[in-house]
Amino acid sequence: MLEPINVSLASLNITTLAPMLIAIVGALTILCIDLIKGGLHKSFYVMVSSLFLLLDLGTVIDFGNIFLKNGPVLGMFDMMLIDGLAIMGQIIIVAGSMLFIPLALTSKRFHEYNYPEYFALFLFMIAGFQFMVATDNLILIFVGLETASLALYALIALHNRSKSFEAAVKYFTMGALAAGFFAFGSMILYAITGSIEINQIASVLAGDHYANIGYVLVAVSFMLAAFGFKLSMVPFHTWTPDVYEGSSAALAGYMSIVPKIAGFIVAMRLFEFLVHSGVVWLQVILYIAVVITMTASNIWAMVQTDVKRMLAYSSISHAGFVMAAILIGTTQSNTALFLYWALFSFTNLGAFTMLWVSRQKNLLPGQSSDHPFEKFSGLIKTMPMAAIMMGLFMLSLAGIPPFGLFWGKIYIIASAVTGGYTVLALIMALNSALAAYYYLKLIVFMFMKEPVIGYEKYYLTNASASLKTIIGVAAIGTIFAVFAVNPLLKVITLFVYNSGY
Amino acid sequence: MQEHILSILIFFPALAAMLGFIVHKDSARAYGITVAAIEFFLSLLLWNLYDPMTSGMQFMEKAPLVSAFGINYLVGIDGISLFIIVLSTFFTMIGIASLTETRRVKDLIITLLFLEMTMVGVFAALDAIIFYVFWELSLIPMLYIIGAWGGPLRIYASIKFFLYTFTGSLVMLVGMLFMAYFYYQATGQWSFSLLEWYRLILPLNFQLWLFAAFFVGFAIKVPMFPFHTWLPYAHGQAPTIGSVILAAILLKMGTYAFVRFSLPLFPDAAVFFMFPIAALAIIMIVYTAMVAYAQEDIKQVVAYSSVSHMGVIVLGTFALNVEGISGSIFLMIAHGVVSGALFLLVGVIYDRRHTKLMSEFGGLASVMPRYATIFGIMMMASVGLPLTINFVGEFLSLLGFYKQSHSFTLVAGTAIIVGAIYMLSAYKKMFFGNVTKEENKNLKDVNKTELLALVPLVVITIWLGVYPKPILEPISNSVESIVQLMHDKAQTKEAQARIPNLSNPEAKNSQQETH
Repeated sequence: MLEPINVSLASLNITTLAPMLIAIVGALTILCIDLIKGGLHKSFYVMVSSLFLLLDLGTVIDFGNIFLKNGPVLGMFDMMLIDGLAIMGQIIIVAGSMLFIPLALTSKRFHEYNYPEYFALFLFMIAGFQFMVATDNLILIFVGLETASLALYALIALHNRSKSFEAAVKYFTMGALAAGFFAFGSMILYAITGSIEINQIASVLAGDHYANIGYVLVAVSFMLAAFGFKLSMVPFHTWTPDVYEGSSAALAGYMSIVPKIAGFIVAMRLFEFLVHSGVVWLQVILYIAVVITMTASNIWAMVQTDVKRMLAYSSISHAGFVMAAILIGTTQSNTALFLYWALFSFTNLGAFTMLWVSRQKNLLPGQSSDHPFEKFSGLIKTMPMAAIMMGLFMLSLAGIPPFGLFWGKIYIIASAVTGGYTVLALIMALNSALAAYYYLKLIVFMFMKEPVIGYEKYYLTNASASLKTIIGVAAIGTIFAVFAVNPLLKVITLFVYNSGY
Repeated sequence: MQEHILSILIFFPALAAMLGFIVHKDSARAYGITVAAIEFFLSLLLWNLYDPMTSGMQFMEKAPLVSAFGINYLVGIDGISLFIIVLSTFFTMIGIASLTETRRVKDLIITLLFLEMTMVGVFAALDAIIFYVFWELSLIPMLYIIGAWGGPLRIYASIKFFLYTFTGSLVMLVGMLFMAYFYYQATGQWSFSLLEWYRLILPLNFQLWLFAAFFVGFAIKVPMFPFHTWLPYAHGQAPTIGSVILAAILLKMGTYAFVRFSLPLFPDAAVFFMFPIAALAIIMIVYTAMVAYAQEDIKQVVAYSSVSHMGVIVLGTFALNVEGISGSIFLMIAHGVVSGALFLLVGVIYDRRHTKLMSEFGGLASVMPRYATIFGIMMMASVGLPLTINFVGEFLSLLGFYKQSHSFTLVAGTAIIVGAIYMLSAYKKMFFGNVTKEENKNLKDVNKTELLALVPLVVITIWLGVYPKPILEPISNSVESIVQLMHDKAQTKEAQARIPNLSNPEAKNSQQETH
């Protein structure tokens, strides 16, 4: 006869699940509503999703206040860990998603938005990402990662073009491989430490002074590969441009922001203690990976003929840039990571939305891809406002002051300087110059060339009031970022410092 | 209003530019002239309110921006920046008034007004990050002006211009972050304020590295040999207004930054690098003068001659004494007036003939007497004829450097003669002899609008050539405080000997005896 398990409900601290549960309940609600009455307009689902996300965000912010008062909250047999990283990660995830979801309200009809399942999957995905960041249990991270990824593959495929299927399958295959690597890595860590919680692993490893360093290195290699895929680090980046090209511009923009911040937080939890405990090999490997990711993707981006692919490579390069913060591993650099990503999400969201509004249903004769540079040729003459907006986002991505990303950029470079990585700081700065070339290329097309006949009727065809609002929000966030940097910096530093990173 | 005049001066053109989107395109030019004129009178008001006897910063304004990271909106001017600001507003006004461009004038005017904001901002900024913001921001309007209104190779030229300067300034940015970090280590607080950085004394090896990092950014902007290759393209392709602003103001950002950053922050490194930089400056003077002589295009002659004279400015700056630095700052103003005027003059003839090749002209003196007269005066000023504005600056710069090294100054002085050769030969080719080409026989002389832009420049050229005191005095007052600061901060024996001590007259004499 088994002993009855006695667990008091209070010790479970079930409220730690509240944010994710809200997203899941939201998804189930949408499915139920569809059972009762089908054929509702997409605006209904968009608004319902937004409401649930708003609730979600509110709970997360509430946890933020609790964290600042009482420190990290544990729950569900210590599986859940709500610390500063988890809270900030969730804020970026949920807020990014809230900005993304109105992009479904296009003026053209896209069939994926007619399925309520699209929005249900979307909410499930968010719950998955939230689980990923709000734990240091490797199994729960794995579960969260897979929930989110599987939902994301389906969302890509729903775009219903041959290239989207290709993208989804490609992403799925690569993602399965990454999941395998992650499982192997976790297994080895469990084998040598007997634990699946990162902080336990860290203390066991520190306790025996890295006696099994060989196994640790094997585990770290697997983990690096897994996160290499998820964060699209070179040489595991090959799927990124194809997947971005195949999915809708809106979803591509989303993929460049939200899944990555979840990945960064897990990478931060896992690699930070390894970097600090003097696993030199990891430092060297990370250093090389960061430099190559930044530089190589910048060079590839230069030769792209399609704006969306160019932005895909640019987002790889930005990911490499931010990965440097994890390598540096000081409180300042971790703060810089969040600051950078918060500013980056505004700018990148704007840039991808600008592509989204010019989405064509059919390609013109001789047009090889959705958004060739020629499409934007002479835009300043045909649509001056659109050209100025796009130019603004490009300048911000290139790191021209005083626009948003510049402040993130100098803070990361400054953290490299203070962390003693002088050469890295210089490489990061010079990479911005490389990157400036391809962002300028689009500006040159928009402002200095003559319009190409045939494209003008497609431009802004997809723009609805809500899309224009999103672009406006992104533009305001980009221009006036300088006034937001100081409060952001203070709050983020507080959260990061109190979480012990 | 008096305490906020600098902010008004910086942001008024930007605000006006934004409102300018609403103005109808037929009235855009009038709008531009009005705004630029108001801005110019504001800058004159600033000059009027400025107290020439004080050497420190005036009209300081401070507002926290990113206080957690020590970034503040901090602006203020002294005698060094005051006149460059007046020059910027003056040239924007003249430039817009003499605008002959007809394609998309409204866009051009708005761009110019944004450019004016960044120019005033750079020269007024006292916080390194604010300086950097305006410094980088000034690239974008210029990129657009060259790229959208330029000649056939305009896109190549504009991208080259942008990437060169951008790369250089990113290295400078890393230097700035290091500087802030050293300040943080010394005081426990982040700060990007220049005035606070001035108080920091760094060990020599740090100074050398930081000096090098800043130097890359500034030298590309000046542009110093061997980083000058972007400039001929930029000038060759830019429309007249672009060349005028570029030569008159934007290049001055580099030399101004030497005086504002490199010298007072790193006095020992400045002495250490004095002769290498002087050598570069002399190569720049001689080499570009020779290249100018070989040009067939009058605009390229003016462009290379402008680079050549920038060499004299750098030489004067690195004399590291009051005469040299005051002379170089005066020469910045002079060079702005003269090369700006020369580019305007080239624009006048280009508008009439749509060619800039000197072989296409000849005997213009008889067809366009007024044009030839103004061109002659400006050319003489450029050569450095006494009683013109350039002479004062060149003389003081060379005098300053003479105190440091006789032989270097001798070479540089000789090079100025080469300047006379190419300028006079270009003048001869264009204006003297018989009118050989049929098209040149009926050219119209300068009209009223053009005179309106050119005559004030001639007046300034001669007035300040004869009586430079109203400008020179405030400049040297402010320079004295910088030189004194450098002397006080200098650690190495050589630096202490080379940088004169102004508070102690005996030391001044002993400094001269060392030679």
